[in-house]
Amino acid sequence: MSINLKTIKHISKLSRISVDEKKVEKLAGDLNSIFNFIEKLNELKTDNVEPLTSVAETTLKLRSDEVKSKNLRDQVIKNSPKENEDYFVVPKVIE
Amino acid sequence: MSEITKQSLSELVENIKSKKLSSSEVTKAFVERSEKSKELNAYITEDYTNALNKAKKFDEKPNLDHKLPGIPMAVKDLFCTKDLRTTAGSKILNNFVPTYESTVTQNIWNEGAILMGKLNCDEFAMGSSNETSFFGNVQNPIDKNLVPGGSSGGSSSAVAAQLTPITIGTDTGGSIRQPASFTGTVGLKPTYGSCSRYGIVAFASSLDQAGPMAQNVKDCALLQEVISTYDEKDSTSIDFKRNEYSKELTKDIKGKKIGIPKEYRVDGMPKEIEDLWKKGIEYAKDCGAEIIDISLPHTNYALPTYYIVAPAEASSNLARYDGVKYGFRAEGENLIDMYEKTRSEGFGAEVQRRIMIGTYVLSSGYYDAYYLKAQKVRKLIKNDFDDAYKKVDAILTPSTPSSAFKIGEKTNDPVSMYLNDIFTVPVNLAGLPGISIPAGHDAKGYPLGLQIIGKAFDEQNILNIAYAMEEKINFKNNITDWWIK
Repeated sequence: MSINLKTIKHISKLSRISVDEKKVEKLAGDLNSIFNFIEKLNELKTDNVEPLTSVAETTLKLRSDEVKSKNLRDQVIKNSPKENEDYFVVPKVIE
Repeated sequence: MSEITKQSLSELVENIKSKKLSSSEVTKAFVERSEKSKELNAYITEDYTNALNKAKKFDEKPNLDHKLPGIPMAVKDLFCTKDLRTTAGSKILNNFVPTYESTVTQNIWNEGAILMGKLNCDEFAMGSSNETSFFGNVQNPIDKNLVPGGSSGGSSSAVAAQLTPITIGTDTGGSIRQPASFTGTVGLKPTYGSCSRYGIVAFASSLDQAGPMAQNVKDCALLQEVISTYDEKDSTSIDFKRNEYSKELTKDIKGKKIGIPKEYRVDGMPKEIEDLWKKGIEYAKDCGAEIIDISLPHTNYALPTYYIVAPAEASSNLARYDGVKYGFRAEGENLIDMYEKTRSEGFGAEVQRRIMIGTYVLSSGYYDAYYLKAQKVRKLIKNDFDDAYKKVDAILTPSTPSSAFKIGEKTNDPVSMYLNDIFTVPVNLAGLPGISIPAGHDAKGYPLGLQIIGKAFDEQNILNIAYAMEEKINFKNNITDWWIK
């Protein structure tokens, strides 16, 4: 399998990471060598194997549905890159 | 009494408890040595003034019942520390100051320890040499221009150089054990679910575990006892009966069955690693253990599996860095442009590469071929261990396929860098505990480690085996202080 430049541009769009032409070439080389390495898994037959989704062999615990922390607005906003006392600020979305 | 920074954690605790040393004296000694060691670049953020103040406060009203009374400690910069910048080694979190504390670090402060600063690491813990950090390379105190391993490279460097008596790291594919092996120190990756992940910057959530890094096994056991607690804030935290690891530590491992997996004899493994392993087997026998040959047939598939599972989870976890809620933001013409520029400028090359691998293997049309396939192989890898543990109590392997390498040596070839974790990755995939202990030197005088892998929740057993072997090995780290002028 080979990942072409078109695929790289598609993944970059899905990842929301912009890549310029120079970076696309380098990425294609790196990703192809990594995927060649990953292809090794195709040697194995796994039709009847159950996928492992979690190694923690435990059922999730239930807890009572009660509020434990509140009035965190200031803490939540504190690290926002653009200051506005009550909101997160983003570029205009709706015309 | 020997020089303060040369003392082990256990000695320091003893000396503070018996009032031979004050917390201020101890903290001052480690702060001064850290100040003189800037060339190692082990710290991202220093918090020395606060540390000295806290030590003074401790001395005014010392609580000597604690397990870490007045002990200064620097921690990996992946743990959120309230009111102290936490970067995960990334530009995108360069200015992030958490408003809450991780459970693991809170457990440490609850036992009387004092935060000295935050230690360098690979960006979002993605790396095996600490070279992907936005804050620059870390030097291995063993030799100039040698990598300290990764991703917990600042942690391993700081413990080996005695800038902190002990520390914590995180391990997703080997990030505690490999740097411990490269620096002649001890590192434990606990069973998945043993230490809470709450407040740790997430990389791959089904693999990430926090663990102790120390100069010896006893110190490691003591810190594990402090950090391992059930935590309802982490839904994968497991409620099991935890040992008092340091109190129950014993060198009596007579009759323990230790497995030697033949598949770990990988192609091109240097002879000195093979020799070290043989020596390790002899040490284990000397301690009274019984050696049994075992097979873990899917070992060779662990790394390819890891490089699907870990990037897939990372691509999902790192979606939160969008320049809106916290962290770095690049300005853009519109919202999408802002996202794309923020992530392109804020993440380094390796992180971008892994987000893209993860995005691809999860994308429409490829999920079954890659992600589902990897989860199935992960099951086979776990089955291998389950089968082996019907016959043995623990497994002995080398920690790494080589000793530490030079800075820059492997940065251009991602796959050769990934191969560093060939012996450590299977342990994360199966959720098991593993410990690396220093066991010898290569021809260049660089340290080499052995790894002991245990059954799930059997930390006490591998700590005991490590403790017994440590005495037989009698390893001495060769640190010359070359970076201090």
